[in-house]
Amino acid sequence: MSNDTLKEKLAAYQAKVDKAIAKFPERKNLMAERLCTPLDIEGFDYEKELGFPSEYPYTRGVQPTMYRGRFWTMRMYAGFATAEESNKRYRYLIESGATGLSCAFDLPTQIGYDSDDEVATGEVGKVGVAIDSLADMEILFDQIDLGKVSTSMTINAPASVLLAMYIAVGEKQGVSADKLKGTIQNDILKEYAARGTYIFPPKPSMRLITNVFEYCSKNVPSWNTISISGYHIREAGSTAAQEIAFTIADGIAYVEAALKAGLDVDAFAGRLSFFWNAHNNFFEEVAKYRASRRIWAKIMKDRFKAQKAKSMMLRFHTQTAGSMLTAQQPMNNIVRVALQTAAAVMGGTQSLHTNSKDEALALPTEESVQVALRTQQIVAYESGIADTIDPLGGSYYVESLTNKIEAEAMEYIKKIDEMGGAVVAIEKGYIQREIQDSAYKWQMDVEKNNRIIVGVNKFQVEEKPVEGLLRVDASVGELQKKKLADLRAKRDNKAVQESLAALEAGCKDEHVNLMPLIIAAVHTYATLGEICGVMRKVFGEYESHVNL
Amino acid sequence: MEKRIRVLVAKPGLDGHDRGAKVVARALRDAGFEVIYTGLRQTPEQIAEAALQEDVNVVALSLLSGAHNHLFPKVIGLLKGKGMSDVLVIGGGVIPDSDIPGLKEAGVAEVFTPGTTTAKIVEFITANVK
Repeated sequence: MSNDTLKEKLAAYQAKVDKAIAKFPERKNLMAERLCTPLDIEGFDYEKELGFPSEYPYTRGVQPTMYRGRFWTMRMYAGFATAEESNKRYRYLIESGATGLSCAFDLPTQIGYDSDDEVATGEVGKVGVAIDSLADMEILFDQIDLGKVSTSMTINAPASVLLAMYIAVGEKQGVSADKLKGTIQNDILKEYAARGTYIFPPKPSMRLITNVFEYCSKNVPSWNTISISGYHIREAGSTAAQEIAFTIADGIAYVEAALKAGLDVDAFAGRLSFFWNAHNNFFEEVAKYRASRRIWAKIMKDRFKAQKAKSMMLRFHTQTAGSMLTAQQPMNNIVRVALQTAAAVMGGTQSLHTNSKDEALALPTEESVQVALRTQQIVAYESGIADTIDPLGGSYYVESLTNKIEAEAMEYIKKIDEMGGAVVAIEKGYIQREIQDSAYKWQMDVEKNNRIIVGVNKFQVEEKPVEGLLRVDASVGELQKKKLADLRAKRDNKAVQESLAALEAGCKDEHVNLMPLIIAAVHTYATLGEICGVMRKVFGEYESHVNL
Repeated sequence: MEKRIRVLVAKPGLDGHDRGAKVVARALRDAGFEVIYTGLRQTPEQIAEAALQEDVNVVALSLLSGAHNHLFPKVIGLLKGKGMSDVLVIGGGVIPDSDIPGLKEAGVAEVFTPGTTTAKIVEFITANVK
């Protein structure tokens, strides 16, 4: 059929359905067209817009074989209470078939405080494991061969310290740094914009990040030195297009910082990884992943003149959307997670964490974590979704939606470029405000029933109290305090002080790479709080300003 | 003219997730209240001091990290210590049902868990503010 005939037929169709559609006013906030035809992808050039998996612009995926060769890494985010408890959970997950670890740290650890710090009271071990020193890290990975697992650590402001501890544990196990595989989140910009666990101001934070890039490119070559995270931006309320736009803008800022520090783009770009959310709108999510790959490839090639293919590939981990899970009728969350999983897999994720049904209520229990992991395994082994690469490629709808999301995201990236980049846009509060506006709009849509959340504003039932939630024992804080007191009494405190003094001197000279100094301090069993304390003293602390 | 209701929205502890706090703050403002948002990582002392300085009628605490049993009662104790026993304290966030009776006993007037509409919070404040 020629395009002219198609246009005629489409107009006739439109006239026919207009009357019917008028009777059913639907949600207005959809990106979707009611019906897509070849007209929605007019001028579609397969080679230019899609290409083959593992070929520029990587829209269809970054690996040539994708999941027929090997499934994505099933990486369940876990960690709570003490290193001993978390170690048990990790070993349980590995026995259950998880193929990578993903460590959750408690808030004091994420903000660089020891468990015995006054501000840590009530928070120790709550949303993740408490790590105060190398001694805790040794317990955390006890009987887990760091040469065999790959470990992702959700740690940002003190990422360099936790990586140093991981390298030290590896050394003690006899695994050299070049054999270590994993990722540190290490993405500070989204902390200022969306997640709130920052310590230092942007400039020294960016230095720590580029220090890690440089150190790892020489010493820990298989390590993903940053996971540039849209997940939290989406959780804070952004739209799909904003999620990838703001994240890629952050990515641009990291690349620019590294180039400014004198690194060669192809020396570090291949170790940059991304972290996306898997939300509820199935097709929008698939299109989002595809669009993000294409955008990043173009930026790395055209703007940063990357030469190596790997530098242009956007590799990503996905987590299903915690904010989309409901406290009401929590069993329904299993279904939501299954759909989100299918979207992530059709979108070509490299690794996936599936949330558990009870996460709107508390930390997940072992049983609910197992259901979440089984969801991935059912999609992998039973659904057939993983058989064919980019199975939705070529769909009029998915291709046009991919184009639309790409265009909307690029519009934001352009705006942020004009402002002077992501750091400036965050300092001005622009990105935060855009996210807040979207969050508020979402909430109002739900309250006005323009958006239906099953079990929340429609199909409600009388809720029974949920039983069997995981509780973190309040004694964890006391236990960590005691461990710290013992450690401080036992270690060579002179060596600790010397290593901290060397680190302080290093912090004051911006040409020094801090990684070797941090690793040396970690070896003396200097604590996380002591190491971050030295950096706080030299770098200062960031203070956020909120415009409602 | 009647004095407008003043609300302090606060995030105690180290938890950085403030989507809910910001949405609630904005909804309260749109409902005609005067709203002050403290920003992240406030100690109970800072929150009580801000409540005193801003002369608020309501303190709305938001927490998702699980430290509510420690932090909410602490804020209430400090408010009382400053002679602000008539301030309405409400809480919200990921808080298990089983913790709510204890928090109420400690003086939290109401706890709003996920899925609550902002309209319901506005209604509660209007009906209960002293």
